[in-house]
Amino acid sequence: MTTETPLLDIRDLSVHFRVYGGVLKVLDRINFHVMPGERVGLVGETGCGKTTTMKTILRVLPSPPAEIPQGEIWFQGQDVMKMSQRELVHMRGQGISMIFQDPTAALNPVFNVGQQLTAVIRHASPENRNLNRDQLRERALEALRQVALADPERLLESYPIQLSGGMRQRVCIGMALSTQPGLLIADEPGTALDVTIQDQVLRLLQNLVEQQGNSFILITHTLGIVRQMTDRVYVMYAGNMVEVAPTRRLFTNPLHPYTQGLMDAVPRLTGGGISEGIPGRIPDYMNPPSGCRFSSRCPHAMPVCSREKPPVFQVEGPEDESHEVACFLYDEPQKVNNYKAEAVPV
Amino acid sequence: MSDDVILRIDNLRKHFIVGRKGLIKREPITVKAVDGVSFDVQRGETFGIVGESGSGKSTIAYITMGMYLPTSGTITFNGRDIFERGDRRPLDLRKEIQIVFQDPGSSLNPRRTIRQILDLPLGIHQPEKDRLTEIIRLLELVDLPPEFMHKYPRQLSGGERQIVAIARALATNPSLVILDEPTSALDVSVQGKVINLLTRLQRELNLTYIFITHDLSVMRNLATRVAIMYLGRVAEVAETVHFFESPQHPYTQMLLSSIPVLTEDEEALRPARVVSTGEIPSPVDLPSGCSFHTRCPQVMDHCRHLDPLMVPIDVTDSDHIVRCHLFEQPNGQVQS
Repeated sequence: MTTETPLLDIRDLSVHFRVYGGVLKVLDRINFHVMPGERVGLVGETGCGKTTTMKTILRVLPSPPAEIPQGEIWFQGQDVMKMSQRELVHMRGQGISMIFQDPTAALNPVFNVGQQLTAVIRHASPENRNLNRDQLRERALEALRQVALADPERLLESYPIQLSGGMRQRVCIGMALSTQPGLLIADEPGTALDVTIQDQVLRLLQNLVEQQGNSFILITHTLGIVRQMTDRVYVMYAGNMVEVAPTRRLFTNPLHPYTQGLMDAVPRLTGGGISEGIPGRIPDYMNPPSGCRFSSRCPHAMPVCSREKPPVFQVEGPEDESHEVACFLYDEPQKVNNYKAEAVPV
Repeated sequence: MSDDVILRIDNLRKHFIVGRKGLIKREPITVKAVDGVSFDVQRGETFGIVGESGSGKSTIAYITMGMYLPTSGTITFNGRDIFERGDRRPLDLRKEIQIVFQDPGSSLNPRRTIRQILDLPLGIHQPEKDRLTEIIRLLELVDLPPEFMHKYPRQLSGGERQIVAIARALATNPSLVILDEPTSALDVSVQGKVINLLTRLQRELNLTYIFITHDLSVMRNLATRVAIMYLGRVAEVAETVHFFESPQHPYTQMLLSSIPVLTEDEEALRPARVVSTGEIPSPVDLPSGCSFHTRCPQVMDHCRHLDPLMVPIDVTDSDHIVRCHLFEQPNGQVQS
């Protein structure tokens, strides 16, 4: 492992929501980090806490009902939990940008693209407040040019409704990158788009991240996209991080039974039928199982699984690739090999 | 091709008038949602329709259901003309064709229990039977416990709701079921269960499916034949294996190479990278000639003004049909 300090480091973070009838224990002591320049994927199904995690980083969860009973978040060496409002604004402006799933909802329908883009640039940093109109316009045009949009001058005057879905998402990407953020978070950036348009937008995003060297977090439930675009993947299930591995390794050798089940459930272009998927459903966040949250659906569940929360086991791969999995099956190193054989045929 | 055709669609068109332009003449602005589509569905098969949003795949489903009156063309079910609105169709015909919608959250009435939801079609189509026993039989058929009939949709998970929607579609003993993106709103881990249930029901009840989706990987594993649509027209029809192993239309190739995949085997199967370019044109203002020419990497001069016809790719394989100028067109055709 390198000795670099992570750009973003989340340690032991829990997030609860206090609602009528009890407390939803959504995030349960998760650890997550992103190194400078790294592209990280965060995968999980609906309601597993992906978006909650990202909103916690930006400190935009409404409180109440959200509570953070424990955990630390460090961004660029600063403690996000202790930031003043002013520092938070600065972090959201210049440090972290976010691209949302639905570009139609992310853009304001009553302002034109130019107004929205220049507002973002102007508020990104104190220096930018002094930019004059022409300089702002120039920066906005530059942002649109880099996302390969034709005729940017005319686009500045356009309203979101005049653009197609793919163009809107490009505008959002341009907007997110216009502040030169250290970290770019993309939350399901292609899900609302058609397959061929999604492919265009994702390739563009990938090229821009490569060129500019931003750190990048990709949140998605589509495994194929993660495989294509990231260096390292976190797999999340019901508010727990269950597995972390370099992307290539995770896809050839998934260890956690949930990851295996998830990969098995994805229909293949090569045919061969569709697996039954994972039986059961996601546990109730109000009374989550005391042990492993996956134990009730797990085909390999053991007595210990329903009693204790599994710690994170480090599994050494080739070339010192760190592969971590929170599952009692990997308690003893020799077991790793046993279960490898049962891993999903890929 | 065997001749046991359950549904035949020939040159079907559905144009929607979405507005008017001009001060005096008030010419209509039309969206050609379906513009000259023909295909046959064989009894007992799963006929897949893929396409991106706005390609007209759901419009075809709704016309078949009788929710829309087509603009022109013919549509026959078991040899019987069904070119008419659903509410004019006789009951015995209506019960034969049923549909399952994409989002069970909005297709099930939130204020009715599952029992009431299933009772409605039974009350119309089988009033003489003991309906409670029928409801229990339906729930057993789809592997849900009978207690579920007292629940409301909100108490069920997304997958269970979709299964209830399937049970409702089966309540009338249909022979053709249209599945309009039945798993698109579900998580992958649940999708498999629903799809396997559909496959089992098809086998046991001898159903014919029209399966509509934009997910080609699901299509590969479920359909017997696939039609791909682009802007209201069919671009290619083929048996599933041929469709995926030797896609012929440039749009099919582009679509297949755009899918994110999980394994190297799948990567090997995808056609050589056809880079997706351009925007999907607006259906109000369709390009002349072949509607794909604005994005086609192999566009030729005459593609811009001549509309290609559906032709078999070669004489030996009459089931693989493509609408593209790259394949020899019958002589003397002139269209604009």
